[in-house]
Amino acid sequence: MTNLPTHTDKKLGLVIDLDTCVGCHACVVSCKGWNTENYGAPLSDQNAYGKDPSGTFLNRVHSYEVQPETGAAQTIHFPKSCLHCEDAPCVTVCPTGASYKRVEDGIVLVNESDCIGCGLCAWACPYGARELDQAEGVMKKCTLCVDRIYNENLPEEDRQPACVRTCPAGARHFGDLGDENSDVSILVKERGGFDLMPEQGTKPVNKYLPPRPKDEQIDILAPLLEPIAAEPTGFLGWLDKTLEKL
Amino acid sequence: MNQPVIDLSPKVSDEVRKTTCYMCACRCGINVHMKEGKVAYIEGNKDHPVNQGVLCAKGSAGIMQHNAPSRLKAPMKRVGPRGSGEFEEITWEEAYDIAVGILEPVRRDNPEKLAFFTGRDQSQSFTSLWAQGFGTPNYAAHGGFCSVNMAAAGIYTMGGAFWEFGQPDWDRTKMVMIFGVAEDHDSNPIKMGLGKVKARGAKVYGVNPIRSGYNAVADEWVGITPGTDGLFILSLVHELFKAGKLDLDYLAQWTNAPVLVNGDEKSEEFGLLIRDKAGKLMVIDRTTGKPAAFDQKGVKPDLAGSLRVKGVSHRSAFQHMAEKYLDPQYAPEAVAAKTGITAERIKRIAAELADVAFNQAIEVKQTWTDFRGETHDTFIGRPVSFHAMRGISAHANGFQTCRALHMLQIILGTVETPGGMRFKPPYPKPPEAHPKPHCKVTPGQALDGPHLGFTHGPDDLALKEDGSPARIDKAFTWENPMSSHGMMHMVISNAHAGVPYKIDTLFMYMANMSWNSSMNTRGVIDMLTDKDENGDYVIPNIIYSDAYSSEMVSYADLILPDTTYLERHDCISLLDRPICEADAVADAIRWPVVEPDRDVKGFQSALCDLGARLGLPGFVNEDGSQKYKDYADYITNHIRRPGVGPLAGFRGNGDEHGRGEANPAQLDRYIDNGGFWMEHVPEDAAFFKPWNMNYQDWAVKKSFFDKPMPYLFNLYVEPMRRFQLAAEGHGTRQPPDHLRARIKATMDPLPIWYSNEDENKADEYPVTALTQRPMAMYHSWGSQNAWLRQIHGHNPLYVPTKIWEENNFQEGDWARVTSPHGEITVPVAHQAALNENTIWTWNAIGKRKGAWALEEDAPETTKGFLLNHLIHELLPPKGDGLRWANSDPITGQAAWFDLKVRVEKAPPQDQSKPNIPAQKSPVGTGPQNLTWKTDK
Repeated sequence: MTNLPTHTDKKLGLVIDLDTCVGCHACVVSCKGWNTENYGAPLSDQNAYGKDPSGTFLNRVHSYEVQPETGAAQTIHFPKSCLHCEDAPCVTVCPTGASYKRVEDGIVLVNESDCIGCGLCAWACPYGARELDQAEGVMKKCTLCVDRIYNENLPEEDRQPACVRTCPAGARHFGDLGDENSDVSILVKERGGFDLMPEQGTKPVNKYLPPRPKDEQIDILAPLLEPIAAEPTGFLGWLDKTLEKL
Repeated sequence: MNQPVIDLSPKVSDEVRKTTCYMCACRCGINVHMKEGKVAYIEGNKDHPVNQGVLCAKGSAGIMQHNAPSRLKAPMKRVGPRGSGEFEEITWEEAYDIAVGILEPVRRDNPEKLAFFTGRDQSQSFTSLWAQGFGTPNYAAHGGFCSVNMAAAGIYTMGGAFWEFGQPDWDRTKMVMIFGVAEDHDSNPIKMGLGKVKARGAKVYGVNPIRSGYNAVADEWVGITPGTDGLFILSLVHELFKAGKLDLDYLAQWTNAPVLVNGDEKSEEFGLLIRDKAGKLMVIDRTTGKPAAFDQKGVKPDLAGSLRVKGVSHRSAFQHMAEKYLDPQYAPEAVAAKTGITAERIKRIAAELADVAFNQAIEVKQTWTDFRGETHDTFIGRPVSFHAMRGISAHANGFQTCRALHMLQIILGTVETPGGMRFKPPYPKPPEAHPKPHCKVTPGQALDGPHLGFTHGPDDLALKEDGSPARIDKAFTWENPMSSHGMMHMVISNAHAGVPYKIDTLFMYMANMSWNSSMNTRGVIDMLTDKDENGDYVIPNIIYSDAYSSEMVSYADLILPDTTYLERHDCISLLDRPICEADAVADAIRWPVVEPDRDVKGFQSALCDLGARLGLPGFVNEDGSQKYKDYADYITNHIRRPGVGPLAGFRGNGDEHGRGEANPAQLDRYIDNGGFWMEHVPEDAAFFKPWNMNYQDWAVKKSFFDKPMPYLFNLYVEPMRRFQLAAEGHGTRQPPDHLRARIKATMDPLPIWYSNEDENKADEYPVTALTQRPMAMYHSWGSQNAWLRQIHGHNPLYVPTKIWEENNFQEGDWARVTSPHGEITVPVAHQAALNENTIWTWNAIGKRKGAWALEEDAPETTKGFLLNHLIHELLPPKGDGLRWANSDPITGQAAWFDLKVRVEKAPPQDQSKPNIPAQKSPVGTGPQNLTWKTDK
């Protein structure tokens, strides 16, 4: 069993805007590309060109339909990766100490050289955010691009997770959710950001911003248009009058 | 705590090479990170005007495309029967010898017997030059089966449409309405724009039968009945006219609404616009009450103007519009049932449009001078903007629907204003600034001019002296007089039928015609393999160039293998399909960030070689030697007009932009600059571009055109009226009788809407079937991509709740889908957020066994499917003895989305149908597992 730190200096994490995510999978593939080439073993793919292809991804987008009580059904795109929980059950369950939460920033990582691929952590995670790499036999998960965010070989503006840098719709935000004055904390406050499955008691660091009201839920302020005249002749009369004023 | 020590600053790459993406047609800038000479990671280029650093799923998966096992390895000649996939690798010299052996006699005796069509090509200004030099009239790219309705309606109406032509003013708009937007085109800019708009809390309307992607995040979704967008738009127009919510000042000054229309029913010019002796359009000047040229200094064009001559009234086009659109046939109550949108909702949307346009107008302080010489001190903005692409254009009423949308924007006064729709340089350009079609063939010589262009009346049609079509695709004929992009989807069936004539050689590039790029896929396969009574192929020779083992490869006799996009030179040229932004002119290059490890060659370089061997004008020097050693040489040294070449940046000594001599170091300068060149539009030229002399003068300096060409927006499209006049019996060039009624009905110079349901037998087949392109995959290309195919490995048929329940469908079920033309059996999935009479699937996921280096049991081949099997290039017979094309009667655009079907439950299957037998893969299949890492 592995201990969690009693305190972390920062709570780095993601804020994901469900109002803006168009479900394009840019974050999914950018993550796959960066983390295949970088931290730890590559993210492998099985049956890459055959039946039932299945590979390791650290971030996936799920799409759901929601049927409100009245009005049209809605489609919600829901990107999901490790939420870097404060009370991360995946860490405490780890028999070797391979899974750990960093004291400096709260990032949950797997030390691959200590990982025995037992899979307990994946069972313990209520979010299904860990995947056992089939080629390497080690557990893979979102690293919050720990090898990018402090990387002095990258220009400063690029020191953010690959998924955030690439998101075309600007639906992903990165920052310190432990600092209530950070941009991400302010965004969470303003937009009513929420925890995923709070009843699990995991205290996820990542937050989601809810979709704004849609369709019939929106108050429409503009009054309906008043007709100027019933007949075309009336229209021309109006036109003439109006043109005079131009 | 005993934390492991990790390297927080690992080396990212040895070098970053900046080039242009080609995972779709969006053309974003990319940073290719190289390690040990290999591609390690691809990300967006932050400096690039198109994507500003972001990159979509496709772009980020480029490494898998570049290394795909389906890459062709060397030139090949067919050794088995067509379609078998049996090839023998040959050298490039052998390949050129075969090609020259076929093409030389064709050019010498009858150049029209070559049909040269390119698919997802971005080098049309180059390939068309080659075809022109060859002398064949039979050249086009894929626009005819893609979105020519949008492009042509935009050019004819206002000098440009969306995507490469223009975009919503994402930074200022207060309301965006998107119609039928496929989930790319242009991919990242739309996502970035929607993100900005939503971050500001501005409203996004999504008009689309399907609520996925952009429509999922739209604040309000209008789940319209497919094919009725035009009717919905005209109802909005009706409401705006009825309430007088029109930008009258804008209409009077900048459009042809005040121009007088000949009202003399007996005249040969009835319905044409009235011009003065100098040929200038005439308006009534409101100050004097007298007729005047539209562009005269101080003229106040009168929208209510009318001129009475010899007892006949010639009224302004605007009065014709008022009469037409105030008609109760466009009242919300009258269109609600057909469009599936309630009258109350249409009224509310019209009110919202008017509210934002007129009550929330914005002003940008800026002095500028219009073409009449009047100086203004602000740009007034109407912050409502629109975007639309294939969804509304791929219908037989698509041209008029796109026109209607442009008209809606114009009457609200939004186009080229702050917050509205903004053109991107080198657009706007009036239709008259574009070439007309050319088709005069002289054996052994070049064609008399560019193939494609814009017709302005019957005289511009591509007809032979006997009145028969000059082109194999029958573009620019009475069947589709304004087919500005050609009609690639008709080439194979016409060539097979020998109508209008037989051809000798079909030469294609990146066009998967034996699969997802054709209507009637099975029929096209049969046409490609059909033999005549002598046992010879009906289409005698097929030459094809592709980078990958696509379905089309197996139907070619000779394969010219292309490179991947990271191994080649390209120019994203202002002469072609540009990548500018509203505030900047830009062009870009691709360059070989890695050299090919196979015996392959960029297709355009192969055309330089082939052009020289055939002695084509423009491809040989005076002494007969090869003019361009490869495409890079052409990009650098070709001169189109004095001082103007394929790339506008870094010309002359390297500091000249727009115009200048060829610069031998130009490509290096582009590479040093991140793969692109960009220059900002001056602030006083930023808006009102068609009429703003500050813009016009800058545009001339930058080479977009050679003299200022301000123009009026054509709400009334006079060239359409010229075709109607011919159909009414005027003029010497006359349509065949069976087409007269249709030309009169459809070529209305003011936008109209007509139903396509009867032609598609909607009474027997009541459900519309559509396709959409997924955001994470592009046409056929995605299937070979090990990462992307895990996102979209197969494509269920999405079924709305009503049809789902009627058929008692359960998850995992299969359906038989029947159209007037054919039948498919496919897996279904339920989708509630879908128009109740619409079914749909993802485009081009289904694959043929043996193609794309996939294993034969890949889900793309077992569960994937194409709707194409249900769609025919001709409409079902209607009993008049004729077969009518399944195309827009104005532009010839393929009417993919008019497809009507029946759906019923089928027994469980293990294979989607039709199951076309495997083709033999010339490249084998890919490896089973991947563990990708450059240093591994």
